[in-house]
Amino acid sequence: MAEVLQKPTVEEIVSKLNSDCPCVNVTRTETRRVYATAPRENSFQVCKYIHDNLTFEHCSTVIGVDYVDHMTVVYHLTNYYTGVMIELSVDIPADDLHIESVTPIWEGANWHERETWELFGIVFDNHPKLQRLLTPDTYEFFPFRKSYKLRGSE
Amino acid sequence: MVQEYSSILDWIVFNDPMKNPYYPFVDTYNLPFDIGYKLWEILGGAIAWLINLIFPGNPVSTWLVCDATSTLMGLLIFMLLIFIIAFVSTLIVLWMERKCLGRMMDRRGTMVGMKGFLQCVADGLKTFMKENTAPKKVDKMTYWWCVSLIVGLSVLVLCMVPLSQRWFVVDYQTGLLIIMAFFALAPFLILVSGWAQNNKYSLIGGMRAAELMISYEVPMLILIATTALLAGSFNIGDIVNAQNETVWYIIPQIIGAITFFFCATAEAERVPFDIAEAEAELVEGWQTEYAGMKWGLIMLGDYMRGSVSCSMFAILYLGGWTLPFIGNGPIPEIVFLLKSYLVFFFMILIRCALARVRTDQILNIGWKVFMPLSVINLAIVLLLKVGGVF
Amino acid sequence: MMTDSIVPVKEMEDRMDTDKMWVIMGPQHPFSHGLWTLKVQLDGEIVTDAEPIVGYLHRGWEKETENRTYPKIIPMADRLCYAASMTYTHLYCMTVEKALGIDIPEKAKYIRIVADEVCRIQSHLMWLAAVGTDLGNLTVFLWCMREREFFLDLNVKLCGARMTTNYPRIGGVRNDTTELFDRDIIRAVDRFEKAMWDIIALIDDSSIFVSRMKDISFLTREQCANMGLTGPAMRGCGVDFDIRRDDPYDNYDQVDFEVPVLTKGDSYSRYMIRIEEMFQSCDIIRQAVKKIQALGKNAPYRIKTPSKVPAGTAFTRLEDPRGESLMYLVSDGTDKPYRLKVRSPIFTNVSTSKAMCLGCRIADVPAILAQIDMCLGETDR
Repeated sequence: MAEVLQKPTVEEIVSKLNSDCPCVNVTRTETRRVYATAPRENSFQVCKYIHDNLTFEHCSTVIGVDYVDHMTVVYHLTNYYTGVMIELSVDIPADDLHIESVTPIWEGANWHERETWELFGIVFDNHPKLQRLLTPDTYEFFPFRKSYKLRGSE
Repeated sequence: MVQEYSSILDWIVFNDPMKNPYYPFVDTYNLPFDIGYKLWEILGGAIAWLINLIFPGNPVSTWLVCDATSTLMGLLIFMLLIFIIAFVSTLIVLWMERKCLGRMMDRRGTMVGMKGFLQCVADGLKTFMKENTAPKKVDKMTYWWCVSLIVGLSVLVLCMVPLSQRWFVVDYQTGLLIIMAFFALAPFLILVSGWAQNNKYSLIGGMRAAELMISYEVPMLILIATTALLAGSFNIGDIVNAQNETVWYIIPQIIGAITFFFCATAEAERVPFDIAEAEAELVEGWQTEYAGMKWGLIMLGDYMRGSVSCSMFAILYLGGWTLPFIGNGPIPEIVFLLKSYLVFFFMILIRCALARVRTDQILNIGWKVFMPLSVINLAIVLLLKVGGVF
Repeated sequence: MMTDSIVPVKEMEDRMDTDKMWVIMGPQHPFSHGLWTLKVQLDGEIVTDAEPIVGYLHRGWEKETENRTYPKIIPMADRLCYAASMTYTHLYCMTVEKALGIDIPEKAKYIRIVADEVCRIQSHLMWLAAVGTDLGNLTVFLWCMREREFFLDLNVKLCGARMTTNYPRIGGVRNDTTELFDRDIIRAVDRFEKAMWDIIALIDDSSIFVSRMKDISFLTREQCANMGLTGPAMRGCGVDFDIRRDDPYDNYDQVDFEVPVLTKGDSYSRYMIRIEEMFQSCDIIRQAVKKIQALGKNAPYRIKTPSKVPAGTAFTRLEDPRGESLMYLVSDGTDKPYRLKVRSPIFTNVSTSKAMCLGCRIADVPAILAQIDMCLGETDR
């Protein structure tokens, strides 16, 4: 078991991520902000590492973005002791919209993942209850995808 | 007895109703019956005179002014009078609550006519105009009967409260017990109607009414028995007279008076004990499915029971219609109503200041606070009685 | 012996099947301040399961913004939360400014702080009013609404509108503080601090109010952090975190204030946090107004910004009256956002209602859920 940092600084986070999770690519840092990307296969392990070893207790959001050729899931994670945030972006190919759910790690991600699923169609594997939340159960499409055109936008 | 009828004054003679062989109140004077009797003397006498003018010597005219008919018609007008006075005093209670509550909450309260009094009338008219609807899957018989019985019982109890020695319906030796018995019937009907409505909120509300009842009813009856013990009678008139002769019972029984006040608040299902219709979680509790005029009547019944609670407090602890050093004043009915309004004002104050209690809390309060307090009160009264103070 | 009684009480109790029933509270229910449903499973009066249902107000806010130019989204952001509209507009403008990489004038920052704290106080007062009605007392409701009027009047004084203010702009604020605004706001705050004690006396001195909130619905610090509960409710559970202090935006690091934290974690401590926060907001307003006065009358309050935002992503977050709100902007170099995501604090807070309500009585459900201060405009977006 790797050591647990309760109040990691930005530099410590970057070095830790680089050494313990080589798959994570830290793109840039700011004051109290770390921007990183991770491959889809390791996203769960990375999140678990960030939660367990870097004490990021809070998952602010799980965001889906439709880039047409691929989709991106963005996690915003907060450390409650220092106020540092990690923005973790995970790219998903458009033809295989599956990603491991982080609800077992952060219970607060539950509804955000449900929302992302119903609006973008990104399937979160191992999610306890992946059902429609905001939109009616009868919807068979995913309204926030770019392929779903708003009236008047053409 | 054959009389010679010539002028109208021969028909309207203003007999003393107590001399009437059919006088229903044995040997006590009854003011509303007296008024009703005299009204019929004027009305029936005038009609009889008119008929006699056209058909002289007919039997109908004599029948209209005979003793039995006068008593019957006097009784009808008496009932109307009793009900109207009780009804108007309830409306005054309602108006008072809205106005005082408004002032305490830093708003104006009702503003429609006569300082807002006519708002009650307007509300009554409005609920009366509403369509009479009932949900499809209710248990029809209990649904309709319960609302009628709750309202009917409230009116009955209200009319049975005497306003003074001369303003009463029946003068039982056990008047207090009978009023309390009718009073305590309402929670059973609430339970039944909560079940009949086929609605979960109503069901929970009905169950809560039963829970509420078992928590306040026992201490309340102990308190009533204590007062009866002190006065030596269950007759309301005797209790009031005993207080007039000695001292208002609020002085020896201050603990009991406070406990009774809260029990009476619970009996009338008012804040903080309105858990049966807790609107925050149960919408309207057991009244959820009653719409339109049914709801209006139930609300009226609630306020009627509220004013009965206050009247009971005035009778038991504030000397009823008597005043210290004066005794029965010129208009004891007004004195009595003012006293019960005073008690109701404190109920409004409580409603303004407190939140609703929880079901487990009301059970705790009932059995761990009210019950010991009422027993302590009983012990004090027993000591006073044995010590010969009263 | 008692254990060998003829009636096997314990066995009977075990075998007794008490029927549990689902009560559906909402969407039109006096306790749900807005359109949402809470399904509660009851065993007698005890809640054994709960499931919140939201989405009645979902209008695709995030998708709609993709169809509008950046300035047009500002009035839309007002409509996210009617009780504290300024915070969402502020958040949106901050996000766009971050994507543009510009720094706004000092005066605008302080004005935004003042506007935010006024919104915080009025939102908390509305919450207190709702707590009053949920506990069955109308006096608290009306007194709080009376106090709230003074702060709505301040909104009028600042920007002309009472609730949907449309005031912050990308690159500053719409107009400078109006004449005598600083005098009026200090008066309003002074008056409020006195009047607040009346309401506190009405609630905290009454054992009925306190006993309805105390010792129910315990949440631990770990539970709270893991479930994503944020805002005053979180600080009532022992999480010592306030974005204004620990991750300051605008000029919150220039003002001095305390973050109230209680570790007990019951409903009453969550209540007390919000009360204390209102007083802290008063302090912040006083300091910020002094700073505005020190900057002088002619200090700039708005700068010109380009209409097109360079491609890239940006996110900011701020401390909403209800918790942590976050906006994530993806721009593609045009004058319309490619994707704008709002993290609403209540959306996550309401998802914890099962953990909060479990084991309580149905009478406590409104009292508990009042502490998360529902606002459906931002929950459903």
